[in-house]
Amino acid sequence: MSERFDCVIVGAGPSGIAAAYKLASSGLSVAVFERGETPGSKNMSGGVLYSTVLNKLIPEFWKEAPVERHVTRRRYSLLSKDSAASFDLEFEPFNTPPYNNSFTVLRARFDRWFAKKAEEAGAVVVTEAVVDDFIYEDGKVNGVSVRMEGGAVYSDVVICAEGANSLLAEKSGLKKRPDPGSMVLGVKEIISLPKEVIEGRFSLEDGQGAALEFFGEALGGVAGSGFIYTNKDTLSVGIGCPVSVLKEKGLKPNELMDGFKKHPSVRRLLRGGNIEEYSAHMIPEGGYNTLPELTKDGLILVGDSAGFVNPSICKEGSNLAMASGVYAAETVIEAKNRGDFSKSVLDGYTERLKESFVLKDLKKYRDVPGILHSAPGIFKEYPDAILEFLQGYFKISEESKDSARREIKKLFRSKVPVWRLMVDLLRLRRFFT
Amino acid sequence: MTEEFLKPLEEKTLAEKLFLVRFKVDSASHLILDKEVCWECGERACLSVCPTEVYKWEEGKKEITVSYEGCLECGTCRIACSEGAIDWRNPRGGFGVSLRFG
Repeated sequence: MSERFDCVIVGAGPSGIAAAYKLASSGLSVAVFERGETPGSKNMSGGVLYSTVLNKLIPEFWKEAPVERHVTRRRYSLLSKDSAASFDLEFEPFNTPPYNNSFTVLRARFDRWFAKKAEEAGAVVVTEAVVDDFIYEDGKVNGVSVRMEGGAVYSDVVICAEGANSLLAEKSGLKKRPDPGSMVLGVKEIISLPKEVIEGRFSLEDGQGAALEFFGEALGGVAGSGFIYTNKDTLSVGIGCPVSVLKEKGLKPNELMDGFKKHPSVRRLLRGGNIEEYSAHMIPEGGYNTLPELTKDGLILVGDSAGFVNPSICKEGSNLAMASGVYAAETVIEAKNRGDFSKSVLDGYTERLKESFVLKDLKKYRDVPGILHSAPGIFKEYPDAILEFLQGYFKISEESKDSARREIKKLFRSKVPVWRLMVDLLRLRRFFT
Repeated sequence: MTEEFLKPLEEKTLAEKLFLVRFKVDSASHLILDKEVCWECGERACLSVCPTEVYKWEEGKKEITVSYEGCLECGTCRIACSEGAIDWRNPRGGFGVSLRFG
Protein backbone atom coordinates (compact mmCIF):
# COMPACT_ATOMS: atom_id res chain seq x y z
CA MET A 1 0.00 0.00 0.00
CA SER A 2 1.40 3.39 -0.91
CA GLU A 3 1.30 5.56 2.16
CA ARG A 4 -0.35 8.54 0.55
CA PHE A 5 -3.69 8.73 -1.22
CA ASP A 6 -5.63 11.55 -2.79
CA CYS A 7 -8.48 10.66 -0.47
CA VAL A 8 -8.99 8.40 2.52
CA ILE A 9 -12.51 7.30 3.43
CA VAL A 10 -13.48 5.99 6.86
CA GLY A 11 -16.22 3.36 6.65
CA ALA A 12 -17.50 1.10 3.86
CA GLY A 13 -21.22 1.83 4.09
CA PRO A 14 -23.41 3.39 1.38
CA SER A 15 -21.98 6.92 1.74
CA GLY A 16 -18.32 5.90 1.95
CA ILE A 17 -18.52 3.46 -0.93
CA ALA A 18 -20.51 5.85 -3.13
CA ALA A 19 -17.73 8.41 -2.60
CA ALA A 20 -15.01 5.81 -3.23
CA TYR A 21 -16.70 4.59 -6.40
CA LYS A 22 -17.05 8.08 -7.80
CA LEU A 23 -13.49 9.11 -6.91
CA ALA A 24 -11.87 5.91 -8.18
CA SER A 25 -13.90 6.10 -11.41
CA SER A 26 -12.56 9.61 -11.88
CA GLY A 27 -8.97 8.39 -11.56
CA LEU A 28 -8.14 9.53 -8.02
CA SER A 29 -6.31 7.26 -5.61
CA VAL A 30 -8.67 6.23 -2.80
CA ALA A 31 -8.38 4.02 0.26
CA VAL A 32 -11.40 2.94 2.31
CA PHE A 33 -10.84 1.70 5.87
CA GLU A 34 -13.58 -0.53 7.24
CA ARG A 35 -13.45 -1.91 10.77
CA GLY A 36 -15.68 -4.91 10.05
CA GLU A 37 -14.56 -8.34 8.92
CA THR A 38 -16.17 -7.56 5.55
CA PRO A 39 -17.91 -4.41 4.27
CA GLY A 40 -21.45 -4.55 5.67
CA SER A 41 -20.73 -6.85 8.59
CA LYS A 42 -21.39 -4.02 11.08
CA ASN A 43 -24.24 -2.50 9.11
CA MET A 44 -27.96 -2.84 9.52
CA SER A 45 -30.93 -0.93 8.17
CA GLY A 46 -34.64 -1.59 8.23
CA GLY A 47 -34.12 -2.81 4.79
CA VAL A 48 -35.70 -0.60 2.12
CA LEU A 49 -33.05 0.98 -0.10
CA TYR A 50 -34.14 3.91 -2.24
CA SER A 51 -31.84 3.82 -5.20
CA THR A 52 -32.15 6.93 -7.39
CA VAL A 53 -28.51 7.84 -6.69
CA LEU A 54 -27.18 4.30 -7.03
CA ASN A 55 -28.98 3.86 -10.34
CA LYS A 56 -27.07 6.85 -11.70
CA LEU A 57 -23.74 5.53 -10.40
CA ILE A 58 -24.30 1.97 -11.61
CA PRO A 59 -27.17 1.93 -14.14
CA GLU A 60 -29.52 -1.04 -13.76
CA PHE A 61 -27.57 -2.20 -10.71
CA TRP A 62 -30.43 -4.53 -9.75
CA LYS A 63 -29.41 -6.92 -12.49
CA GLU A 64 -26.24 -7.78 -10.57
CA ALA A 65 -26.65 -6.44 -7.03
CA PRO A 66 -27.89 -8.73 -4.24
CA VAL A 67 -31.23 -6.98 -3.81
CA GLU A 68 -33.99 -9.03 -2.21
CA ARG A 69 -37.29 -7.78 -3.69
CA HIS A 70 -38.61 -4.64 -5.37
CA VAL A 71 -41.32 -2.94 -3.35
CA THR A 72 -44.70 -2.94 -5.10
CA ARG A 73 -46.87 -3.01 -2.02
CA ARG A 74 -46.91 -0.60 0.90
CA ARG A 75 -49.16 -0.81 3.88
CA TYR A 76 -49.50 1.72 6.67
CA SER A 77 -51.30 0.49 9.75
CA LEU A 78 -52.51 2.33 12.78
CA LEU A 79 -52.47 -0.06 15.71
CA SER A 80 -54.37 0.06 18.94
CA LYS A 81 -53.64 -2.52 21.62
CA ASP A 82 -55.45 -5.29 19.76
CA SER A 83 -56.84 -3.86 16.51
CA ALA A 84 -55.60 -2.20 13.35
CA ALA A 85 -56.76 0.16 10.61
CA SER A 86 -54.64 -0.04 7.46
CA PHE A 87 -54.07 1.79 4.25
CA ASP A 88 -52.92 -0.69 1.65
CA LEU A 89 -51.29 0.40 -1.61
CA GLU A 90 -50.39 -1.79 -4.57
CA PHE A 91 -48.80 -0.24 -7.65
CA GLU A 92 -48.42 -2.32 -10.78
CA PRO A 93 -46.19 0.31 -12.48
CA PHE A 94 -43.61 -0.28 -9.72
CA ASN A 95 -43.30 -3.82 -11.04
CA THR A 96 -41.22 -2.73 -14.04
CA PRO A 97 -37.72 -1.17 -14.15
CA PRO A 98 -36.57 0.96 -12.42
CA TYR A 99 -39.02 -0.51 -9.88
CA ASN A 100 -39.73 2.89 -8.32
CA ASN A 101 -36.12 2.71 -7.07
CA SER A 102 -37.30 0.85 -3.96
CA PHE A 103 -35.71 -2.45 -3.04
CA THR A 104 -35.47 -4.49 0.10
CA VAL A 105 -31.86 -5.37 0.90
CA LEU A 106 -29.83 -7.16 3.55
CA ARG A 107 -26.92 -4.91 4.24
CA ALA A 108 -24.28 -7.51 5.09
CA ARG A 109 -24.72 -8.76 1.52
CA PHE A 110 -25.52 -5.55 -0.28
CA ASP A 111 -22.68 -3.43 1.15
CA ARG A 112 -20.21 -6.18 0.37
CA TRP A 113 -21.27 -6.13 -3.28
CA PHE A 114 -21.15 -2.32 -3.44
CA ALA A 115 -17.63 -2.26 -1.95
CA LYS A 116 -16.55 -4.83 -4.54
CA LYS A 117 -17.77 -2.47 -7.28
CA ALA A 118 -15.66 0.33 -5.82
CA GLU A 119 -12.65 -2.00 -5.77
CA GLU A 120 -13.24 -2.89 -9.41
CA ALA A 121 -13.28 0.85 -10.15
CA GLY A 122 -9.84 1.13 -8.56
CA ALA A 123 -10.43 1.93 -4.88
CA VAL A 124 -8.42 0.13 -2.21
CA VAL A 125 -10.76 -1.31 0.43
CA VAL A 126 -9.04 -2.41 3.64
CA THR A 127 -11.17 -4.41 6.08
CA GLU A 128 -10.54 -5.16 9.77
CA ALA A 129 -8.96 -1.70 9.97
CA VAL A 130 -10.13 0.64 12.73
CA VAL A 131 -9.46 4.35 12.34
CA ASP A 132 -8.85 5.86 15.79
CA ASP A 133 -8.24 9.48 14.86
CA PHE A 134 -7.43 11.93 12.15
CA ILE A 135 -3.87 13.13 11.60
CA TYR A 136 -3.52 16.91 11.64
CA GLU A 137 -0.89 19.10 10.10
CA ASP A 138 -1.09 22.84 10.79
CA GLY A 139 -4.72 22.36 11.79
CA LYS A 140 -5.68 20.63 8.55
CA VAL A 141 -6.72 16.97 8.44
CA ASN A 142 -3.96 15.25 6.55
CA GLY A 143 -4.72 11.57 6.96
CA VAL A 144 -5.87 8.96 9.45
CA SER A 145 -4.37 6.95 12.23
CA VAL A 146 -5.25 3.28 11.65
CA ARG A 147 -5.04 0.79 14.51
CA MET A 148 -2.36 -1.41 12.91
CA GLU A 149 1.39 -1.45 12.67
CA GLY A 150 2.75 1.68 11.02
CA GLY A 151 -0.82 2.92 11.11
CA ALA A 152 -0.42 6.44 9.71
CA VAL A 153 -2.02 6.83 6.30
CA TYR A 154 -1.81 10.25 4.65
CA SER A 155 -4.13 11.91 2.20
CA ASP A 156 -5.05 15.35 0.87
CA VAL A 157 -8.51 14.98 2.27
CA VAL A 158 -10.51 12.56 4.45
CA ILE A 159 -14.17 11.68 4.01
CA CYS A 160 -15.65 10.51 7.29
CA ALA A 161 -18.39 7.92 6.66
CA GLU A 162 -18.15 6.18 10.01
CA GLY A 163 -21.90 5.92 10.60
CA ALA A 164 -24.37 6.86 13.32
CA ASN A 165 -22.04 6.14 16.23
CA SER A 166 -19.95 9.15 15.27
CA LEU A 167 -16.85 8.83 17.46
CA LEU A 168 -14.45 10.44 14.98
CA ALA A 169 -16.74 13.27 13.91
CA GLU A 170 -17.13 14.19 17.58
CA LYS A 171 -13.39 13.95 18.18
CA SER A 172 -12.81 16.31 15.26
CA GLY A 173 -14.93 18.95 16.97
CA LEU A 174 -17.40 19.21 14.09
CA LYS A 175 -20.08 17.54 16.13
CA LYS A 176 -21.13 17.16 19.76
CA ARG A 177 -22.24 13.89 21.27
CA PRO A 178 -25.82 13.59 19.92
CA ASP A 179 -28.75 14.24 22.24
CA PRO A 180 -30.81 11.11 23.15
CA GLY A 181 -33.87 12.84 21.69
CA SER A 182 -32.24 13.04 18.27
CA MET A 183 -31.31 9.36 18.03
CA VAL A 184 -33.61 6.41 17.42
CA LEU A 185 -32.61 2.87 18.32
CA GLY A 186 -33.61 0.34 15.67
CA VAL A 187 -33.85 -3.31 16.69
CA LYS A 188 -34.45 -5.97 14.10
CA GLU A 189 -34.90 -9.70 13.68
CA ILE A 190 -34.44 -11.68 10.53
CA ILE A 191 -37.18 -14.31 10.37
CA SER A 192 -36.95 -17.02 7.75
CA LEU A 193 -39.90 -18.47 5.85
CA PRO A 194 -40.06 -20.25 2.48
CA LYS A 195 -40.40 -17.97 -0.54
CA GLU A 196 -43.83 -19.42 -1.39
CA VAL A 197 -45.15 -18.78 2.11
CA ILE A 198 -43.95 -15.16 2.00
CA GLU A 199 -45.47 -14.55 -1.42
CA GLY A 200 -48.75 -16.17 -0.44
CA ARG A 201 -49.00 -14.43 2.91
CA PHE A 202 -48.13 -10.95 1.64
CA SER A 203 -50.01 -11.29 -1.66
CA LEU A 204 -46.92 -10.97 -3.88
CA GLU A 205 -45.79 -12.40 -7.16
CA ASP A 206 -42.27 -13.49 -8.00
CA GLY A 207 -39.71 -10.84 -7.05
CA GLN A 208 -42.28 -8.38 -5.67
CA GLY A 209 -41.91 -7.09 -2.16
CA ALA A 210 -44.00 -5.50 0.56
CA ALA A 211 -43.09 -2.79 3.07
CA LEU A 212 -45.43 -2.70 6.05
CA GLU A 213 -45.18 0.14 8.56
CA PHE A 214 -46.95 0.09 11.90
CA PHE A 215 -47.77 3.27 13.79
CA GLY A 216 -49.80 4.09 16.87
CA GLU A 217 -49.49 1.46 19.54
CA ALA A 218 -46.77 -0.62 17.88
CA LEU A 219 -44.64 -0.28 21.02
CA GLY A 220 -47.36 -0.66 23.61
CA GLY A 221 -48.22 3.04 23.69
CA VAL A 222 -44.83 4.76 23.72
CA ALA A 223 -43.32 6.81 20.89
CA GLY A 224 -41.96 4.67 18.08
CA SER A 225 -43.01 2.46 15.21
CA GLY A 226 -42.59 -1.03 13.80
CA PHE A 227 -42.04 -2.56 10.38
CA ILE A 228 -42.06 -5.76 8.37
CA TYR A 229 -40.24 -5.87 5.05
CA THR A 230 -40.20 -8.92 2.82
CA ASN A 231 -36.93 -10.35 1.55
CA LYS A 232 -36.52 -13.37 -0.75
CA ASP A 233 -36.90 -16.03 1.92
CA THR A 234 -36.77 -13.98 5.10
CA LEU A 235 -38.64 -11.10 6.71
CA SER A 236 -36.99 -8.06 8.26
CA VAL A 237 -39.05 -7.37 11.37
CA GLY A 238 -38.17 -4.48 13.61
CA ILE A 239 -38.95 -1.49 15.73
CA GLY A 240 -37.61 2.00 16.21
CA CYS A 241 -37.80 3.93 19.47
CA PRO A 242 -36.15 7.25 20.41
CA VAL A 243 -33.26 6.75 22.83
CA SER A 244 -34.74 9.51 25.03
CA VAL A 245 -37.97 7.51 25.40
CA LEU A 246 -36.17 4.27 26.22
CA LYS A 247 -34.19 6.14 28.81
CA GLU A 248 -36.99 8.13 30.45
CA LYS A 249 -39.33 5.15 30.70
CA GLY A 250 -36.68 2.56 31.53
CA LEU A 251 -37.83 0.34 28.66
CA LYS A 252 -35.88 -2.65 27.42
CA PRO A 253 -35.57 -2.73 23.62
CA ASN A 254 -35.71 -6.52 23.43
CA GLU A 255 -39.00 -6.52 25.37
CA LEU A 256 -40.46 -3.83 23.07
CA MET A 257 -39.45 -6.00 20.12
CA ASP A 258 -41.11 -9.09 21.59
CA GLY A 259 -44.21 -7.03 22.39
CA PHE A 260 -44.47 -5.80 18.80
CA LYS A 261 -44.26 -9.36 17.47
CA LYS A 262 -47.15 -10.38 19.73
CA HIS A 263 -49.61 -7.80 18.39
CA PRO A 264 -52.33 -9.82 16.62
CA SER A 265 -51.80 -7.96 13.33
CA VAL A 266 -48.08 -8.75 13.42
CA ARG A 267 -48.17 -12.19 15.04
CA ARG A 268 -50.28 -13.64 12.21
CA LEU A 269 -47.70 -12.62 9.61
CA LEU A 270 -44.79 -14.28 11.40
CA ARG A 271 -46.29 -17.73 11.97
CA GLY A 272 -44.05 -20.68 11.31
CA GLY A 273 -40.94 -18.54 11.00
CA ASN A 274 -37.52 -19.08 12.52
CA ILE A 275 -35.48 -16.25 13.98
CA GLU A 276 -32.14 -16.19 12.17
CA GLU A 277 -30.47 -13.04 13.48
CA TYR A 278 -30.97 -10.28 16.05
CA SER A 279 -29.37 -6.88 15.49
CA ALA A 280 -29.49 -3.26 16.60
CA HIS A 281 -28.39 0.05 15.14
CA MET A 282 -28.95 3.71 15.87
CA ILE A 283 -30.58 6.07 13.37
CA PRO A 284 -29.86 9.81 13.52
CA GLU A 285 -33.38 11.21 13.23
CA GLY A 286 -32.82 14.66 14.66
CA GLY A 287 -33.18 16.13 11.18
CA TYR A 288 -32.15 19.53 9.87
CA ASN A 289 -32.06 21.30 13.22
CA THR A 290 -29.42 18.95 14.61
CA LEU A 291 -27.08 18.85 11.60
CA PRO A 292 -23.42 19.49 12.49
CA GLU A 293 -20.92 21.64 10.68
CA LEU A 294 -20.14 19.43 7.65
CA THR A 295 -16.56 20.36 6.75
CA LYS A 296 -13.28 21.62 8.08
CA ASP A 297 -9.86 21.91 6.48
CA GLY A 298 -9.20 18.53 4.87
CA LEU A 299 -12.32 16.81 6.23
CA ILE A 300 -15.88 16.12 5.02
CA LEU A 301 -18.69 14.36 6.93
CA VAL A 302 -21.14 12.21 4.96
CA GLY A 303 -24.04 9.81 5.58
CA ASP A 304 -25.23 8.92 9.08
CA SER A 305 -22.22 10.54 10.74
CA ALA A 306 -23.52 13.83 9.35
CA GLY A 307 -27.11 12.94 10.30
CA PHE A 308 -28.59 12.66 6.79
CA VAL A 309 -31.84 10.83 7.52
CA ASN A 310 -35.21 12.12 6.39
CA PRO A 311 -37.45 11.56 9.42
CA SER A 312 -40.77 11.87 7.51
CA ILE A 313 -43.04 8.96 6.63
CA CYS A 314 -40.57 7.98 3.86
CA LYS A 315 -37.74 7.27 6.35
CA GLU A 316 -35.07 7.77 3.74
CA GLY A 317 -31.46 7.23 4.80
CA SER A 318 -29.22 5.22 2.50
CA ASN A 319 -30.21 7.24 -0.59
CA LEU A 320 -29.25 10.46 1.17
CA ALA A 321 -26.06 8.76 2.31
CA MET A 322 -25.11 7.82 -1.25
CA ALA A 323 -25.98 11.30 -2.52
CA SER A 324 -23.78 12.89 0.14
CA GLY A 325 -20.95 10.52 -0.79
CA VAL A 326 -21.22 11.50 -4.46
CA TYR A 327 -21.30 15.25 -3.65
CA ALA A 328 -18.31 14.84 -1.34
CA ALA A 329 -16.44 13.08 -4.15
CA GLU A 330 -17.30 15.83 -6.67
CA THR A 331 -16.07 18.42 -4.21
CA VAL A 332 -12.82 16.51 -3.63
CA ILE A 333 -12.25 16.32 -7.40
CA GLU A 334 -12.75 20.07 -7.64
CA ALA A 335 -10.43 20.66 -4.68
CA LYS A 336 -7.77 18.47 -6.28
CA ASN A 337 -8.00 20.44 -9.53
CA ARG A 338 -7.52 23.64 -7.58
CA GLY A 339 -4.88 22.12 -5.30
CA ASP A 340 -6.71 23.53 -2.30
CA PHE A 341 -8.34 21.34 0.35
CA SER A 342 -9.21 24.09 2.79
CA LYS A 343 -12.67 24.46 4.29
CA SER A 344 -13.57 27.28 1.93
CA VAL A 345 -13.23 24.95 -1.08
CA LEU A 346 -14.71 21.92 0.68
CA ASP A 347 -17.77 24.00 1.53
CA GLY A 348 -18.69 23.47 -2.12
CA TYR A 349 -19.98 20.17 -0.70
CA THR A 350 -22.49 21.96 1.53
CA GLU A 351 -23.54 24.10 -1.45
CA ARG A 352 -24.13 20.99 -3.57
CA LEU A 353 -26.21 19.46 -0.79
CA LYS A 354 -28.29 22.62 -0.48
CA GLU A 355 -29.12 22.46 -4.19
CA SER A 356 -30.11 18.78 -3.94
CA PHE A 357 -32.96 16.81 -2.42
CA VAL A 358 -30.75 16.01 0.58
CA LEU A 359 -30.87 19.38 2.33
CA LYS A 360 -34.07 20.53 0.60
CA ASP A 361 -35.97 17.57 2.07
CA LEU A 362 -34.27 17.73 5.45
CA LYS A 363 -35.16 21.42 5.65
CA LYS A 364 -38.75 20.77 4.62
CA TYR A 365 -39.20 18.19 7.37
CA ARG A 366 -37.16 20.12 9.94
CA ASP A 367 -40.07 20.29 12.40
CA VAL A 368 -41.05 16.62 12.18
CA PRO A 369 -38.85 15.32 15.03
CA GLY A 370 -40.21 18.01 17.35
CA ILE A 371 -43.82 17.38 16.34
CA LEU A 372 -43.57 13.68 17.09
CA HIS A 373 -42.27 14.57 20.54
CA SER A 374 -44.94 17.19 21.22
CA ALA A 375 -47.98 15.08 20.32
CA PRO A 376 -47.63 11.98 22.50
CA GLY A 377 -51.36 11.22 22.02
CA ILE A 378 -50.62 9.78 18.59
CA PHE A 379 -48.99 6.73 20.13
CA LYS A 380 -51.87 5.64 22.38
CA GLU A 381 -54.77 7.96 23.00
CA TYR A 382 -55.69 8.67 19.39
CA PRO A 383 -55.23 5.14 18.02
CA ASP A 384 -57.28 3.75 20.91
CA ALA A 385 -60.10 6.25 20.30
CA ILE A 386 -60.01 5.86 16.50
CA LEU A 387 -60.03 2.06 16.57
CA GLU A 388 -62.75 2.01 19.20
CA PHE A 389 -64.81 4.33 17.01
CA LEU A 390 -64.32 2.13 13.94
CA GLN A 391 -65.09 -1.01 15.90
CA GLY A 392 -68.32 0.59 17.11
CA TYR A 393 -69.14 1.67 13.58
CA PHE A 394 -68.79 -1.86 12.20
CA LYS A 395 -70.28 -3.64 15.18
CA ILE A 396 -73.41 -5.61 14.37
CA SER A 397 -76.19 -5.25 16.92
CA GLU A 398 -79.93 -4.77 17.11
CA GLU A 399 -79.58 -1.24 18.36
CA SER A 400 -80.75 1.27 15.74
CA LYS A 401 -77.86 2.59 13.66
CA ASP A 402 -78.69 6.18 14.61
CA SER A 403 -78.52 5.49 18.30
CA ALA A 404 -75.40 3.29 18.03
CA ARG A 405 -73.52 5.93 16.04
CA ARG A 406 -74.52 8.72 18.38
CA GLU A 407 -73.08 6.63 21.18
CA ILE A 408 -69.73 5.98 19.53
CA LYS A 409 -69.34 9.63 18.52
CA LYS A 410 -70.02 10.64 22.08
CA LEU A 411 -67.52 8.11 23.34
CA PHE A 412 -64.89 9.33 20.87
CA ARG A 413 -65.36 12.98 21.86
CA SER A 414 -65.15 12.10 25.53
CA LYS A 415 -61.74 10.52 24.93
CA VAL A 416 -60.28 13.03 22.49
CA PRO A 417 -61.17 16.72 22.67
CA VAL A 418 -61.92 17.71 19.08
CA TRP A 419 -59.96 20.97 19.24
CA ARG A 420 -56.84 19.14 20.39
CA LEU A 421 -57.18 16.51 17.70
CA MET A 422 -57.50 19.27 15.08
CA VAL A 423 -54.39 21.04 16.37
CA ASP A 424 -52.38 17.82 16.42
CA LEU A 425 -53.58 16.77 12.96
CA LEU A 426 -52.64 20.17 11.56
CA ARG A 427 -49.20 19.81 13.06
CA LEU A 428 -48.86 16.21 11.93
CA ARG A 429 -49.62 16.95 8.29
CA ARG A 430 -45.96 18.04 8.04
CA PHE A 431 -45.06 14.42 8.57
CA PHE A 432 -46.88 13.36 5.41
CA THR A 433 -46.96 16.27 2.97
CA MET B 1 -45.97 -28.55 4.76
CA THR B 2 -48.67 -25.92 5.27
CA GLU B 3 -49.41 -26.81 8.90
CA GLU B 4 -45.86 -26.19 9.88
CA PHE B 5 -46.23 -22.54 8.86
CA LEU B 6 -49.40 -22.01 10.84
CA LYS B 7 -47.67 -22.57 14.15
CA PRO B 8 -46.87 -19.45 16.17
CA LEU B 9 -43.41 -17.96 15.71
CA GLU B 10 -41.06 -19.67 18.12
CA GLU B 11 -40.29 -17.49 21.12
CA LYS B 12 -36.69 -16.93 22.01
CA THR B 13 -35.07 -15.47 25.10
CA LEU B 14 -32.47 -12.76 24.68
CA ALA B 15 -29.73 -15.30 25.40
CA GLU B 16 -31.11 -17.57 22.67
CA LYS B 17 -31.27 -14.66 20.23
CA LEU B 18 -27.66 -13.76 20.97
CA PHE B 19 -26.67 -17.32 20.29
CA LEU B 20 -27.80 -16.75 16.68
CA VAL B 21 -25.52 -13.75 16.17
CA ARG B 22 -21.99 -14.19 14.93
CA PHE B 23 -19.40 -12.65 17.25
CA LYS B 24 -15.63 -12.71 17.13
CA VAL B 25 -14.95 -12.01 20.78
CA ASP B 26 -11.90 -9.96 21.68
CA SER B 27 -9.93 -10.59 24.87
CA ALA B 28 -10.58 -7.12 26.29
CA SER B 29 -13.69 -4.96 26.54
CA HIS B 30 -14.22 -2.07 24.15
CA LEU B 31 -16.62 -0.49 26.66
CA ILE B 32 -14.86 1.15 29.60
CA LEU B 33 -16.89 2.58 32.48
CA ASP B 34 -15.84 5.24 34.92
CA LYS B 35 -16.58 3.14 38.01
CA GLU B 36 -16.73 6.05 40.42
CA VAL B 37 -19.19 7.98 38.31
CA CYS B 38 -21.32 4.85 37.78
CA TRP B 39 -21.35 4.12 41.49
CA GLU B 40 -22.76 7.54 42.25
CA CYS B 41 -25.07 7.66 39.23
CA GLY B 42 -28.74 7.81 40.16
CA GLU B 43 -29.90 7.11 36.63
CA ARG B 44 -27.94 4.16 35.23
CA ALA B 45 -29.76 4.34 31.91
CA CYS B 46 -27.30 1.79 30.51
CA LEU B 47 -29.00 -0.95 32.53
CA SER B 48 -32.20 -0.66 30.50
CA VAL B 49 -31.46 0.92 27.10
CA CYS B 50 -29.07 -1.75 25.83
CA PRO B 51 -30.77 -4.14 23.38
CA THR B 52 -28.65 -7.04 24.64
CA GLU B 53 -28.50 -6.08 28.32
CA VAL B 54 -24.73 -5.83 28.33
CA TYR B 55 -24.80 -3.85 31.58
CA LYS B 56 -25.85 -5.44 34.90
CA TRP B 57 -25.75 -3.95 38.37
CA GLU B 58 -23.85 -6.31 40.62
CA GLU B 59 -25.25 -5.73 44.11
CA GLY B 60 -22.47 -7.67 45.84
CA LYS B 61 -19.65 -5.79 44.18
CA LYS B 62 -21.59 -2.51 44.05
CA GLU B 63 -20.59 -2.02 40.46
CA ILE B 64 -21.80 -2.47 36.91
CA THR B 65 -20.53 -5.52 35.08
CA VAL B 66 -20.06 -5.24 31.32
CA SER B 67 -20.72 -8.30 29.17
CA TYR B 68 -19.10 -6.69 26.13
CA GLU B 69 -19.06 -10.08 24.39
CA GLY B 70 -22.73 -9.65 23.45
CA CYS B 71 -22.49 -6.02 22.32
CA LEU B 72 -24.20 -5.32 18.97
CA GLU B 73 -22.21 -2.06 18.71
CA CYS B 74 -25.24 0.20 18.29
CA GLY B 75 -23.78 2.83 20.63
CA THR B 76 -27.08 3.59 22.38
CA CYS B 77 -25.52 3.33 25.85
CA ARG B 78 -23.05 6.10 25.05
CA ILE B 79 -25.84 8.42 23.90
CA ALA B 80 -28.12 7.56 26.84
CA CYS B 81 -25.48 8.07 29.57
CA SER B 82 -26.01 11.58 30.95
CA GLU B 83 -22.66 11.45 32.70
CA GLY B 84 -20.68 10.61 29.59
CA ALA B 85 -19.11 7.87 31.70
CA ILE B 86 -18.91 5.24 28.96
CA ASP B 87 -15.67 5.30 27.03
CA TRP B 88 -16.95 3.62 23.87
CA ARG B 89 -14.13 2.47 21.62
CA ASN B 90 -14.47 0.55 18.40
CA PRO B 91 -13.46 -3.08 18.96
CA ARG B 92 -10.23 -4.23 17.33
CA GLY B 93 -10.49 -4.58 13.54
CA GLY B 94 -12.51 -7.65 12.57
CA PHE B 95 -13.58 -8.30 16.17
CA GLY B 96 -16.99 -7.86 17.73
CA VAL B 97 -20.29 -8.42 15.97
CA SER B 98 -20.25 -9.71 12.40
CA LEU B 99 -23.70 -9.72 10.86
CA ARG B 100 -24.64 -12.37 8.32
CA PHE B 101 -27.83 -10.64 7.16
CA GLY B 102 -27.69 -7.08 8.47
